[in-house]
Amino acid sequence: MSAVIAGHDEQHGHGPEKGILRWIVTTNHKDIGTLYLVTALAMFFVGGAMALVIRAELFEPGLQFVEPQFFNSMVTMHALVMVFGAVMPAFVGLANWMIPVMIGAPDMALPRMNNMSFWMLIAGLLMISSTLFMEGGAPAAGWTFYPPLVLQTGNALPFAVFAVHLLGISSIMGAINIIATIFNMRAPGMTLMKMPLFVWTWMITAFLLIAIMPVFAGAVTMLLTDRFFDTSFFDAAGGGDPVLYQHIFWFFGHPEVYVMILPTFGIASTIIPTFARKPLFGYTSMVYATASIAFLSFIVWSHHMFTVGMPVAGELYFMYATMLIAIPTGVKVFNWTATMWKGSMTFEAPMLFCIAFVVLFTMGGFTGLMMAIAPADFQYHDTYFIVAHFHYTLVPASIFILMAATYYWLPKWTGNMYDERLAKLHFWLSAVSVNILFFPQHFLGLAGMPRRIPDYAVQFADWNMISSIGAFIFGFSQLLFLYIVIKTIRGGTGEKVTAEVWEDARKHSLEWTLPSPLPYHTFSTPPTKIPTEHLGGH
Amino acid sequence: MKRTTQLFACLSLMAVGLGTAQAEYALNLMKGVTKVSNDIYDLHMLILWICVFIGIAVFGVMFYSIYFHRKSRGHKAAQFHESTKVEIIWTIIPTVILIGMAIPATKTMLELDDTVEADMSIKVTGWQWKWEYEYLDDDIHFFSTLDEASNKARQLGSGIDPATVPHYLLNVDKPLVIPTRKKIRFLFTAADVLHSWWVPDLGWKKDTIPGFINEAWTSVEKPGTYRGQCAELCGKDHGFMPIVVIAMDQPDYDKWVQEQKVAAEAESSAAGREWSKDELISKGETVYANNCASCHMADGEGMPGTFPALAGSPVVTGELDNEVQLVLNGKGMMPAFGQMLNAVDFASVITYTRNALGNNVGDALQPSAVQSALANSQDDDEDDEG
Ligand SMILES: [Cu+2]
Repeated sequence: MSAVIAGHDEQHGHGPEKGILRWIVTTNHKDIGTLYLVTALAMFFVGGAMALVIRAELFEPGLQFVEPQFFNSMVTMHALVMVFGAVMPAFVGLANWMIPVMIGAPDMALPRMNNMSFWMLIAGLLMISSTLFMEGGAPAAGWTFYPPLVLQTGNALPFAVFAVHLLGISSIMGAINIIATIFNMRAPGMTLMKMPLFVWTWMITAFLLIAIMPVFAGAVTMLLTDRFFDTSFFDAAGGGDPVLYQHIFWFFGHPEVYVMILPTFGIASTIIPTFARKPLFGYTSMVYATASIAFLSFIVWSHHMFTVGMPVAGELYFMYATMLIAIPTGVKVFNWTATMWKGSMTFEAPMLFCIAFVVLFTMGGFTGLMMAIAPADFQYHDTYFIVAHFHYTLVPASIFILMAATYYWLPKWTGNMYDERLAKLHFWLSAVSVNILFFPQHFLGLAGMPRRIPDYAVQFADWNMISSIGAFIFGFSQLLFLYIVIKTIRGGTGEKVTAEVWEDARKHSLEWTLPSPLPYHTFSTPPTKIPTEHLGGH
Repeated sequence: MKRTTQLFACLSLMAVGLGTAQAEYALNLMKGVTKVSNDIYDLHMLILWICVFIGIAVFGVMFYSIYFHRKSRGHKAAQFHESTKVEIIWTIIPTVILIGMAIPATKTMLELDDTVEADMSIKVTGWQWKWEYEYLDDDIHFFSTLDEASNKARQLGSGIDPATVPHYLLNVDKPLVIPTRKKIRFLFTAADVLHSWWVPDLGWKKDTIPGFINEAWTSVEKPGTYRGQCAELCGKDHGFMPIVVIAMDQPDYDKWVQEQKVAAEAESSAAGREWSKDELISKGETVYANNCASCHMADGEGMPGTFPALAGSPVVTGELDNEVQLVLNGKGMMPAFGQMLNAVDFASVITYTRNALGNNVGDALQPSAVQSALANSQDDDEDDEG
């Protein structure tokens, strides 16, 4: 096959199919990347709208807009849509676009499976969304699907379970494809320890996905059989144990949150050096820190369950193991800081989002460390304190980095420059409002407000109102992001960008050695020179 | 509008640095009223300050760099890219700090776990959506649900301003009463789904799990009323099952125990006498509001697809015994009310549903007629756990 492709010149390779068929049958990694990214952006707005329903109801004490059951459905669906519909597909989209280009490969290793995994994602998302219109409502037991509560779901339960199966198969296929690509398709000279960190972090993420998605699929299948086939995996009356589900779920769930953060680390490690005009500090330690975090993620799951009544030895073990995560995570933060140190920094939108990421993610890390302390978690657990914690590690971390990545690579993809002035406005609106939105939630949690409640005691009113105001500013600011992206695709500022786009970017990674916009087929012949700036190479 | 004004007033107060007790309560963890809760508070403050200190150091370096090492100031980029020495230093320092945190944390953890040699035991059962308390040494047993004022105000579009309801959503009809300075062991379980029993002033929460028993203990230093909530999502009314604990000095507590015993006797003699239909219906209305209305709705219309309507329902308007059996034993999401209601409440709520909510069957159920059935179903319950 490679012989066929090699026969064509890069600029004159096969073009895409014409019309809508291009998007349905495509096996081109760039087209599939685009499909993933567009889907993720659409789902980001769907999940965001659900978040605004939640924040509107919580604006004041008392119930104003929705019934409690629907509120619980919104809480559940917001999480499912954001995790499985927005953040994960967005990173897969970036992986599709960038991994082949970054390692000097012509495409993903398994292009047809690539197409299939995208359409399975769509099927899964349609199925989970359809539950909103079912008798008994969408799942309302939280995205964690804890039994016995989740077994009280109406007609939606089997659909939710099958949706999880589809999403899981899609993720596993995507992960296999990424691993196969990285192991087999690297250009000559692109050794593992020369790969850009985005490629490294995605490879580790892909292994995590393959390890955990079957576990989640198994857990929800047991829910299905408990409900419909009279098994008692999670029912004490039949000899089962509801807490068993939580152990299985979090064995999946903890690595799952790292699935959403490891590629984030990779992108931050890619963007910060470009705008600091300096090699990344501690490339090797970054790789090892990522691998350690991934390993630790498998042995800390019960820190989500400190209050279920584990033996004290279990509590202590999971506390110590969880505290260990602070060490490799700290190394990463210190490395990013050292990368900026004595650099020659400029502050374009991608860099601004990265700096906000380092600061705000670190704050999420601090609260994570606080919650690792088991006795203190007896107070923090299931309150708004944890809501604040994980939103700090997801919104101004994963989401901000996804925006940074969009601004960073959009000129490369389209050949057009985005409007820097508007992008900066978008950054400042987002960075300020995200803190108005989530910072007060720390206070609410410490003051005693449980999570997942549609109404609250009046002493929580002030901070909830502030948080809701922040939510609406944040939500509507994202429309500006949508506008900037569409405008850039349609020609942007009119200024055509160079191949390099960012000053000296070609020293950092292979994509900047190719023309902008990236041709439909790239690296039909492998690159001869591998950039080694991140290793301090010259 | 009024809220917004209050909000700005509150913000400006804080801005001028008037750290009132009220503001402190809203911002930070409470110290609570037990030794353990104070230890947890100290742990919390220790970690918080460590994090603040590290944060200032790291962000300080970063912002120094952002300000001075920028291209617009003409700063030229250095090209260093690794240093094993530095990497080792910033691996070892956090490790030492973590060990410093783990030591006091371990001590508190062991203390929390020590439930032996308790002076008394209380069994707590979580239900959708109420708490059941059983004093294992005293034969006191009751349910505790959201108080009526909060329950009215919290309905969608109730038109009642929550600020006018005392302790909105944090008040119950019958609080848990405990003596001060006694080591009380709690046994936790649940009847239907997971719940979590949390009173912040006691310093911890514990999940209640159907079919399993969890343990925790407390010893409250000073008399007072301490409020909390269910902390584990347990269905639609998860936000509406508060906990109120009243701690009393021993003499007051003893008096309370006596009152409970007198009330229990009065209750059982009430069940023995003949009730008129009207008496039953009017009593049944309150029982219905507290136990049934959250699913079947106040007007008996239910929630289509989830909770059936009682108005015109074939069960409610059919054979009396069928309805009694269903309410007694439950079915699907309908809990077994035989384990929850006493004979008078049970008989009156059945009579109420058959003669109100648009139904007009005309018959009545006497408390005495259900007494033995209820005793059976409550014994079954005990056997299940044995
Ligand atoms: Cu509950």
